[in-house]
Amino acid sequence: MLNDLFQSIKIEDLIEATKETFYMTITALIGTFILGIILGLLLFLTSKDGIWKNKSFHFVVSAVVNVFRAIPFIILIFLLFPFTNFLIGTIRGPEAALPALIIGSAPFYGRLVEIALREVDRGVVEAAKAMGAKTRTIIFKVLLPESMPALISGITVTAIALIGYTAMAGAIGAGGLGSYAYYSGFMRRDFDIVFLCTVLIVIIVFIFQFIGDIIATKLDKR
Amino acid sequence: MISIEGLSKVFTSNKSSVTAVENLDLNINDGDIFGVIGYSGAGKSTFVRLLNRLEEPTGGSIKINNEDITAMTARQLRIARQDIGMIFQHFNLLWSRTVEDNIAFPLEIAGVAKMDKQKRVQELIDLVGLSGKEKAYPSQLSGGQKQRVGIARALANNPKVLLCDEATSALDPETTNSILDLLVDINKQFGLTIILITHEMHVIRKICNHVAVMESGKVVEQGEVMDVFLHPRQHVTKKFVEQVMGNGEEDENIHGLTEVYTEGEIIRLHFIGETTNQALISQLAKNYEVEINILQGKITQTQAGAYGTLIVQIAGNELDEAVRFIKEKSSVEMEVIQDAK
Repeated sequence: MLNDLFQSIKIEDLIEATKETFYMTITALIGTFILGIILGLLLFLTSKDGIWKNKSFHFVVSAVVNVFRAIPFIILIFLLFPFTNFLIGTIRGPEAALPALIIGSAPFYGRLVEIALREVDRGVVEAAKAMGAKTRTIIFKVLLPESMPALISGITVTAIALIGYTAMAGAIGAGGLGSYAYYSGFMRRDFDIVFLCTVLIVIIVFIFQFIGDIIATKLDKR
Repeated sequence: MISIEGLSKVFTSNKSSVTAVENLDLNINDGDIFGVIGYSGAGKSTFVRLLNRLEEPTGGSIKINNEDITAMTARQLRIARQDIGMIFQHFNLLWSRTVEDNIAFPLEIAGVAKMDKQKRVQELIDLVGLSGKEKAYPSQLSGGQKQRVGIARALANNPKVLLCDEATSALDPETTNSILDLLVDINKQFGLTIILITHEMHVIRKICNHVAVMESGKVVEQGEVMDVFLHPRQHVTKKFVEQVMGNGEEDENIHGLTEVYTEGEIIRLHFIGETTNQALISQLAKNYEVEINILQGKITQTQAGAYGTLIVQIAGNELDEAVRFIKEKSSVEMEVIQDAK
């Protein structure tokens, strides 16, 4: 019966597309996590009462973050074509989507990181300073561990936005479920494919949300 | 020895500047428990934070054991800070670390080897009485236990100085006392110099040897705790002494007393340190044929002994001899309020 309903679906293609979506999401998520934390730390540390207080540097980072957040993702992909081509050697396929995915979501996550770091008790940072901690120690042993639940919640929200981005990237040739839904489904008027891809994407979103929530709760000892 | 000369801190914002600490001179002996008391806004918290340069001084110098803290580079200061422990009003523990990992944190900063670290952490946990709580997270502890972790953490690198910034202000009276007892223990056991900031005279009375009273950024009065209690000169100091001793209200009742108790003599006794062990009242009762009736009074213990007043009625055949004994043989000051004869 299921085969009657989804007669135009090739199961191998569907599995391949799902794999590609997972590949793009997870790889881009790792890149976003690292780049976002760097951006968030820079924003936080160079801010008005930060350890590396630096007005002009803060302004520059803040401006870059805001500009990249303002560019619609689909346009960002086009803008980055030359960069992607230089970096990956092609503008098609899951790998080629990664630069745009990371650059598109890292600034957003960077802001979330900044907010998470601002929530860290200033007294604890002060206590670490009073013990003679270096800035590096303060970052890696105080700021990041103390804000970890918020960093995880933030990356979960970002992951869900990223899954949306992969579908968009798919529509212009990056592969994955978005691509499958667009080329094999929409273009050929096989709406059962579009429907099934939608369901799969929703399930993937739920999985990420579920995992994120569990980790955030487990880490939070407050 | 900590010597502070001309220490100043001015906070400047765009429009105005506020002087939090003004030209402050202070000497604190090694092994002393030195209290700084003042109302909020007096600059006492800023003062203690200047000592380890959590706030950068605007002027003046701080020398701890002849090392000039104010002249140090950032790197030297980091090393020096490992010798200056600090505890805070809100404990400032890392919620993400267990009790033992919180205490290990300063050891990690100092680069202590793993084996030594574990040993030291266990010593400290035993010292502050938190055995069995090693794996607990701060959120599972009471306020007093959190401050014990704070103290253990501050002592981890065997500092010579311990700074306490309102360390008991967030605790209830009973817990405050237990934390103060712990501080005295530590002071005696390790000869640690303790500098303690508070707005409660009770804290000063209980553990400090010396006290400085701060008001609008200046030390307005300082000296031995007993002296300050006995002869408070400034208005603000008198207010603080009243916190512990009550105010002059009781004097108003004396007329009432003299009307009710007409027999013998009514005498006011001033206990001023070191007399506690004398057991004056029972000596009088044993050695002379007198009846002693305690009418009213308040006596409190300081690090230098008892301090307070007691109003007693003495009557009997050997009244004059008893009074002479108080005057000549004891260190208690006396004053006859009413002579019934």
